[in-house]
Amino acid sequence: MLKKRYFAALFAFMLLILSACGNSQTKEADAKTKKAEPKAAPTEMILATTTSTQDSGLLDVLIPMFEKENNVKVKTIAVGTGQALEMGTKGEADVLLVHAPAAEKAVVDAGDAINYKRVMYNDFVLVGPKENPAGVSGDDIQAAFKKLAETKSIFISRGDDSGTDKKEKGIWTLLNIKPAGEWYVSTGQGMGQTLQVAAEKKGYVLTDRATWLAQSKNLSDMQIVVEGGKDLMNIYHVMQVNPEKHDKINSKDAKKFVEFMIDPKTQDVIENFGKKEYGQSLFIKYTE
Amino acid sequence: MELLIDGLKKAIEMIFSGDPEVFAITWLTLRVCLISILISTLIGLPLGLFLGLTSFKGRRLLLLFINIGMGLPPVVAGLWITMFLWRSGPLGDFSLLYTPTAIVMAQILVSLPIVTSLTCSAFQQIDEKMLLQIKALGATRLQSLMILLKQSKIAIMAAIMAGFGRVIAEVGAAMMVGGNIQGDTRILTTSIVMEVSKGNFDIALALSFILLTAALLITAALTFLQQRKRFS
Repeated sequence: MLKKRYFAALFAFMLLILSACGNSQTKEADAKTKKAEPKAAPTEMILATTTSTQDSGLLDVLIPMFEKENNVKVKTIAVGTGQALEMGTKGEADVLLVHAPAAEKAVVDAGDAINYKRVMYNDFVLVGPKENPAGVSGDDIQAAFKKLAETKSIFISRGDDSGTDKKEKGIWTLLNIKPAGEWYVSTGQGMGQTLQVAAEKKGYVLTDRATWLAQSKNLSDMQIVVEGGKDLMNIYHVMQVNPEKHDKINSKDAKKFVEFMIDPKTQDVIENFGKKEYGQSLFIKYTE
Repeated sequence: MELLIDGLKKAIEMIFSGDPEVFAITWLTLRVCLISILISTLIGLPLGLFLGLTSFKGRRLLLLFINIGMGLPPVVAGLWITMFLWRSGPLGDFSLLYTPTAIVMAQILVSLPIVTSLTCSAFQQIDEKMLLQIKALGATRLQSLMILLKQSKIAIMAAIMAGFGRVIAEVGAAMMVGGNIQGDTRILTTSIVMEVSKGNFDIALALSFILLTAALLITAALTFLQQRKRFS
């Protein structure tokens, strides 16, 4: 008897807590928006994106702008490009901001993503130890990779199917080299951690410029050795997840987000981002 | 070493400057951890009591699973919960993924086995003669329950502390089911991971000091409760 009542009370209590936990968040959000504009509760939109946009701090600037303009709560999930695209094909995200054109094309062709728009670019750079034991330089990334493989210089790979990882694997494939052996280290981690591993192991690593600039203060023994080649361009695209393929997709806000990203005003914010801190743009506007 | 001192300085600075974001992250961390350990205790304590004092068919098997659960890696718990909460998953209609509730669920999953199993062993250790004596003295069921709880208070508190240690240290599952969303599901452990990947070691260290302080204060409070004179 007592036990039964106890469990009933326990169950009720648990429900109360769980609901309180969920609600308090929306209440806070309500309160915030009420101050600004007495509108309905904000809708929620999931943005799956790559770690570089978050780690560089760009999203901390763009997302609040978008949220304020459109009364949306954006849930940013920063993962590797591979996982972000997978979230899109599974319908677990509403909008994607990624940087692996070849892999993106497959997703768009399969009809999983629509409203595919080019947004911005920065570039990949090859970073290596200051002593530069392999003696690579210039702007020819293929020649540099070839030399690294021949001299078996330590190379640190992301190995996590991210946009940068896809780029690196693509170069090896072009060269018909299957990198393997003790000199080729695969971390399976994000760009920041991979750069730190490279610094510890005195290895070479392919990275996007934004993450390199943000991290270089911790990597005093490393420097850019190869940069500027045409095939080192790192292009970001934004796209909506196809609402016809999955339920529960918030396509209304996703569409607004795509428009927001290619809007000239937003593009200026992108281009000016990081100029003050690093003396150069981390991302450069590049719409179609 | 210099970094360590810088981190400590930064932590003190963050606490006293009243940075609203750091405050919000710490508050969310405490809220999520305390709620999950509370629910784990409310379920695990009666369950452990039941398993410790009774015997029935399949009890050992159940206990085995609970003991295996003590070693359940948080990322595994996180992965399972993610799959259940996906839009395409069985609980997709509630849209709970990437909410604090999802983190609470994952933390309950990893701490419940610890609380249950340790409580169960506490009650199993109670001398059978004492149980007989309580019965012989004509105690009601509620009275005997209270005596047993008092007897095993120290072990029960230890179980709760072990569970709390698990949830406050947890990062893998919170990252997966919470998504480390700013102002929503960002807790201390996930923001430490993020700051490290951003290369902001000083901020990461500062946050780790805040996390340690919070853990210390709560564990100290629990230890105080545990060590209070038994029959005061």
